[in-house]
Amino acid sequence: MAEVVDPQQVVVERRGWTAGRDFLIAVAVFAILWLGLRLLRNPDTFAGMGPLAGKLAQALLALALGIGGIWAVFIVVNTLVEHLPVRVAEFVRPWVFVLPALFVVGVYLVYPAIRTIIQSLTEVPEGEGFLANYIDAFTDPDVQIALRNNVIWLLIAPTASVIIGLAFAALADRVKRESLAKTFVFMPLAISMVGASVIWGFMYAWKIPGQPQVGLVNAVIQGLGGEPIAILQQVPLNTFAMIVIMIWLQVGFAMVILSAAIKGVPVELTEAARIDGASELQNFFKILVPSIRGSIITVFTTIAIAVLKVFDIVFVLTGGNLDTEVIALRMYDEMFRFRNFGQATAMAVILFVAVVPIMIINVRNLRKQGIGS
Amino acid sequence: MKKRKWSIALVALAMLLAACAESSGGSTTTAGGTEGSTTTAAPSEGSTTTAAGSVGATPYENLNAAMAGDYAGTTVEIVAQWAPDGAEAESFDAALQPFRDATGIDVQWNPTVEYETALQVRVDGGNPPDLAQIAQPGKMAQYAAAGSLVNLSDWFNVDQLTQDLCCGFVDMGSVDGSLYGVFWKTDVKSIVWYPIQAFADNGYEPPTTWDEMIALSDQIVADGNGSPWCISIESEAADGWVATDWMEDILLRTAPLETYTAWYNHDIAFNDPAVLHAAELMHQIWFTEGYAYGGSDYINATFIGNTQDPMFDAAGPQCWMQKQAAWIPGFWGENKDFTDPAEWPNQPGEDVGFFYFPPIDEAYGNPVLGGADMFVMFNDRPEVRALLEYLATPESAAPWIERGGFLAANKNVPVESYTYPNDELATMTANATSFGFDASDLMPADVGAGTFWSGMVDWVAANGEGTEAVFQGIEDSWPAG
Repeated sequence: MAEVVDPQQVVVERRGWTAGRDFLIAVAVFAILWLGLRLLRNPDTFAGMGPLAGKLAQALLALALGIGGIWAVFIVVNTLVEHLPVRVAEFVRPWVFVLPALFVVGVYLVYPAIRTIIQSLTEVPEGEGFLANYIDAFTDPDVQIALRNNVIWLLIAPTASVIIGLAFAALADRVKRESLAKTFVFMPLAISMVGASVIWGFMYAWKIPGQPQVGLVNAVIQGLGGEPIAILQQVPLNTFAMIVIMIWLQVGFAMVILSAAIKGVPVELTEAARIDGASELQNFFKILVPSIRGSIITVFTTIAIAVLKVFDIVFVLTGGNLDTEVIALRMYDEMFRFRNFGQATAMAVILFVAVVPIMIINVRNLRKQGIGS
Repeated sequence: MKKRKWSIALVALAMLLAACAESSGGSTTTAGGTEGSTTTAAPSEGSTTTAAGSVGATPYENLNAAMAGDYAGTTVEIVAQWAPDGAEAESFDAALQPFRDATGIDVQWNPTVEYETALQVRVDGGNPPDLAQIAQPGKMAQYAAAGSLVNLSDWFNVDQLTQDLCCGFVDMGSVDGSLYGVFWKTDVKSIVWYPIQAFADNGYEPPTTWDEMIALSDQIVADGNGSPWCISIESEAADGWVATDWMEDILLRTAPLETYTAWYNHDIAFNDPAVLHAAELMHQIWFTEGYAYGGSDYINATFIGNTQDPMFDAAGPQCWMQKQAAWIPGFWGENKDFTDPAEWPNQPGEDVGFFYFPPIDEAYGNPVLGGADMFVMFNDRPEVRALLEYLATPESAAPWIERGGFLAANKNVPVESYTYPNDELATMTANATSFGFDASDLMPADVGAGTFWSGMVDWVAANGEGTEAVFQGIEDSWPAG
């Protein structure tokens, strides 16, 4: 008589066995990760390799641990979740993926933000009220200049970027080598702010009149018989000269998004308008622009946020001297040069408050377009 | 390379021992210098009677014990801002080597980038180094007030230090009568560089008074030889500091030292009449039509390393005088292309020399403006004390002096051991009637590294207009309390 094996029994046993195995694997993975991190943190690990090889090895190990580690952790934890009863697993699984992200955002973003706000209210000179830092901030002439400059930046840079980007997108739509033309406009976006500032620092360079001008702008001026201008030293020309850099950097971004939006406008619409006798300009302003309104707002607000936080350009080119101060640079100076934490955090909060409304507009607009929910 | 290091160490050690044997006679080491100003004569009587005795003693207790090998095998960590991989870092390491060799103490010296922030972070984190170099007395006072520093007065031979250090550095290193910092290296700023040959060719003499300097400036303009002055203040994140040095140097020459001290302590207003008077004199040189090369645009738009480029113009100097400290020769004309000073086409002392920034009012003598680096102590252990004491001896300066680019805060370093220009700078400092410590380093950073700098930039941009408003603005920015 053959032994009767209950198939159900086999499955359960096998499950128990694989669960144990997976658990051990998970423990091993975490142990390896932990050891790897310890190795990474220990300065002696790479000491014997020489400076370049050591740095390289450290970077490789960090990459392997970072990317491979996250991947391994998700796989392992997901496998463990599989072993839970189906109902529980369904409930737990999303959290496995979301919790780490929430934790990171909480530790690195939410907590510091709250701390910053508290500090801006409590780090005040003795005997002064909660708002002392803010009162100081709004009465300090340097900060007033910074606030004024941020408004100027905000009024000019996003508007100009969108207008130029839109014009270029609409025009490039009709040329033969569209992608080539767009590539050139897009390229500055690949350059870092600091890099762009250094480049433009040379563009604006000034030598005394009559001598060879190394700066392109002044070389042209002098070549045409004019007097070279110390662009970055002239108030208020210097602020506008720096806004130009921001526009140069952002036009590419505006163009790419708006160009894609224009391509999404149904040809029937513009064709119909043309047949009805609309001029090209009418077609552009009355048909095209309203159709891509959502994209325009997205681009505008995204650039506006970048502009509000502008720091690098001013830091590199004028250091905030000669009436070019902006809020982010002021915050840096108070924090790292003057060590006035109260003032610095107050600046951070002011900047934060200024960005929030724009963020709200941006998110609302994205929702309207059906991106996000 | 290794051989060379050894020979330096041996030379320095020999010097140290010789000096010790010589000075131990009169200096009453064991009693902690109670007799004060004993003369350093007569090495004959009782020259070997001092405490540690065996090797020949220094005036310092822990150092003597260390030299006797008491702390061999221990470790001391010292940090300083001298740029990693640079000549300064190597020179500093060379300066520590004789101590390592003589005591068997392992002195670990780690160059750091972003030095000041890194030090602050380590102190805040409760993991400070044993000894740290600091350039700003204000920073030292901050650490002292926070209770991070070891009070040296309890055990350090302060009397000996007072005899050794120049320029009132013991006071500068003290807070409320307690010593916290031992000064080691100094920089002198009161000098003006000029092209020697071109001066001779045109019959120009280095001026010795302010009036002569103005007369010379007028002469250069009248001769059609370009502009008398090379001035510029663009310095990346620190635009304007060159101008603050000018202000300080002139104030030292037109007001008593007490006024200068009151000024950076804010006991008088930043725009006190004495200060405005100094500004007027500075205005005369900076903003007189034709004096400063290229005018205010040049001053604000030109990097400080390029200030003097026109002095080395192929067609002869286009500007003739530059007030700048002794680090500038590396930037002269083609010198920028060479790392080894021996290869410089424009040699200091031969092609370009300097004169002392002349006095203005006889009543205030011959002051010198400068900055200096000190060492402070975070962890109190005998071997750490020994190293700090070693750094107070004149011998600790010898290796770096030999390598060049070092002016000791210790005035008993023999002038003969220096090379140009530090030999002349040492003499100048020794003959100075007063030493003004760089005031912008002593003011709160909001002003000294903030509005004072930016105010000077604004002043230049306005071509010297609105002097009073500029100084009033800086006064208004002084932090409360």
